[in-house]
Amino acid sequence: MEQSAGMSLERPFSWKGFFFQWEWILFLVFILIHVVMASLSPYYLNFSNLVDTTMTFLDKAFIVLPMAYVIIMGEIDISVGSTVALSAVVMGLLHQAGMPMPAAMLCCLVVAAACGFLNGYILVKFPELAPMIVTLSTMIIYRGIALILLEDQAVGKFPLWFEYLGWEYFGPIPFMLFAFLVCALIFGLVLHKTTFGRQVYGIGSNRMACVFSGVPVDRVRVIVYTLTGLMAGVTALFLTSRMGSTRPNVAQGYELDVIAMVVLGGISTAGGKGRLIGAVLAVFTFGYLRFGLGLRNVSAQAIMIIIGLLLIVAVAIPNVRGMIGRYLTKRKNSA
Amino acid sequence: MGKRVSLLVLLLVFGCLVAAPAGEVKKYAFIFKSTGNPFGEKLMEGYKTAIEEQGGECILRAPDLPTAEAQIAIIEELIAQRVAAIGLSANDPDALQPVLRKAMRAGIRIVTADSATNAASRDVHINQADPELIGRVQVQAAYEMAKGKGDIAVLSATSQATNQNIWIEWMRKELNNPRYEELRLRKVAYGDDLRDKSTSETEALLKTFPNLKVIIAPTTVGIAAAGKVLTDKDLAGKVFLTGLGLPSEMAEYIQNGVCPWMYLWNPIDLGYLAGYAAVALSNETISGHQNESLVAGHLGEKQVVEASDGGTEIMLGAPFRFDKSNIDEWKSVY
Repeated sequence: MEQSAGMSLERPFSWKGFFFQWEWILFLVFILIHVVMASLSPYYLNFSNLVDTTMTFLDKAFIVLPMAYVIIMGEIDISVGSTVALSAVVMGLLHQAGMPMPAAMLCCLVVAAACGFLNGYILVKFPELAPMIVTLSTMIIYRGIALILLEDQAVGKFPLWFEYLGWEYFGPIPFMLFAFLVCALIFGLVLHKTTFGRQVYGIGSNRMACVFSGVPVDRVRVIVYTLTGLMAGVTALFLTSRMGSTRPNVAQGYELDVIAMVVLGGISTAGGKGRLIGAVLAVFTFGYLRFGLGLRNVSAQAIMIIIGLLLIVAVAIPNVRGMIGRYLTKRKNSA
Repeated sequence: MGKRVSLLVLLLVFGCLVAAPAGEVKKYAFIFKSTGNPFGEKLMEGYKTAIEEQGGECILRAPDLPTAEAQIAIIEELIAQRVAAIGLSANDPDALQPVLRKAMRAGIRIVTADSATNAASRDVHINQADPELIGRVQVQAAYEMAKGKGDIAVLSATSQATNQNIWIEWMRKELNNPRYEELRLRKVAYGDDLRDKSTSETEALLKTFPNLKVIIAPTTVGIAAAGKVLTDKDLAGKVFLTGLGLPSEMAEYIQNGVCPWMYLWNPIDLGYLAGYAAVALSNETISGHQNESLVAGHLGEKQVVEASDGGTEIMLGAPFRFDKSNIDEWKSVY
């Protein structure tokens, strides 16, 4: 298939191949959403609205980047929502106990990375365990620890400058959007331009071959899971800043939103396929679709149904495309 | 390639043209805690009636999960639509502050009803009834039902729900009275206003405290779930239920004796008053300061008074008691 990065390098450039890429189709969907929403709501096509709304969906988008790596490896991590909650709660408690805010923020990232590291460590130590089961368990454990630490309470009263993280602008660009684009660029370069990135694809395409050709599979996996935890910590920082306080039940269901965005981005859950730009496009497609429907005051249930349908279409299109392709070749051959 | 690009440009231009601004009717929104809550639906119905009586356009919203994150996204969407005022039943008193401050800077007036935000992030709160009375009256009911002694438990909504927490505080104060020496509050459980969680929390209470006499559920979702559990387990006459419930949902449990009586105010009137306050704020008839007054349609004149959290509020009235004698006439109302 043409979105396989391994093949696209050797294949000569063709316009047909270019337009049939999933990322290009997704881009058209993205444009289509803007056109439809702009014609449905007079408030949609407005620079400050379009820029402001990125702040409502970008918090979880930071996890989309490493999650793309995880899914390209053919694995999954559903503990990220709980990691966000645990690291946010730890940060809140440390700050409440008198730790200066920058140090508490650092601890937030360290705790989150440790959560991710633990996932990776368990997975390489016990290779017979499925990532789904391991991260399901840690999802419950991390949220449980957060609940033990804070019970049913909330912590807040952060310094004012901390609120800037989620609410302030660099000129016309929200700081959060800027931070996300920088992170996306780094993750994209690492995935597509480095040996490490090739190894991630390799593990997803053929793990055995990687093991036998000396790829440090275990090390790559632990690093990817740790990165996932770390980025969940980044999400915790932005989410807490947006809310001004935090509770053990924040970020519920984030793991599903994140996985949905990665899948919509054309990254196959079978592993080895897809590109980071697809996931980034999917983040904005999802975000603006939700925003546009919200501007039309569509009910929450209807929004969920529409997003569910979009996801099914996203997963089905490559298959349908394959079927049409096979049909056409067959007809050409028989003619 | 060129053709495709020009097609895209054409589509975008088309989008811009269609997007010409609509007529200038003022828009008023209400955001409830989450979808599928009958109390919230009645409240929003009253809000809508009030807005439409005054010639405004009404937008009703509720997130799919009862979280502050989801409400923040909806508030951002309403700011983008330039509504005149937002009515709100908050999922967290403090977490909405940044986004509500942003709305206020954009000239949007904020009225909270049912569950308030902190004083800094609202213009005025509509209080269903005096929280002190609501808290105390439920403990007094429990006392009567338990005949003065035994274990009692509270089944609340989410642990962060502002209104429930204030009522529970008043319940505890009432329980400090020596009269209640033999009435022991064993636990405050949180059903998060979700049916399934409220059901399992009720079952857990029954298992953990075999001598439980009364469950007080100061939330409509919780009390209905507890009513179902007690009915299914055939515990009428052994474990009593009281609290705040919707007559239509509770009629069955009041008639079968599981819940001898319960309380509530009228959610339609609550929303109605919020609607009048929202319009009055946006027309600058009131500014949300103490001692102002407004005429709220059929509810008559209402006063803005100081609230216990340092902000201001408007009181709807005292809680209303529903029992076997009057449930039939109310169950079809709401």
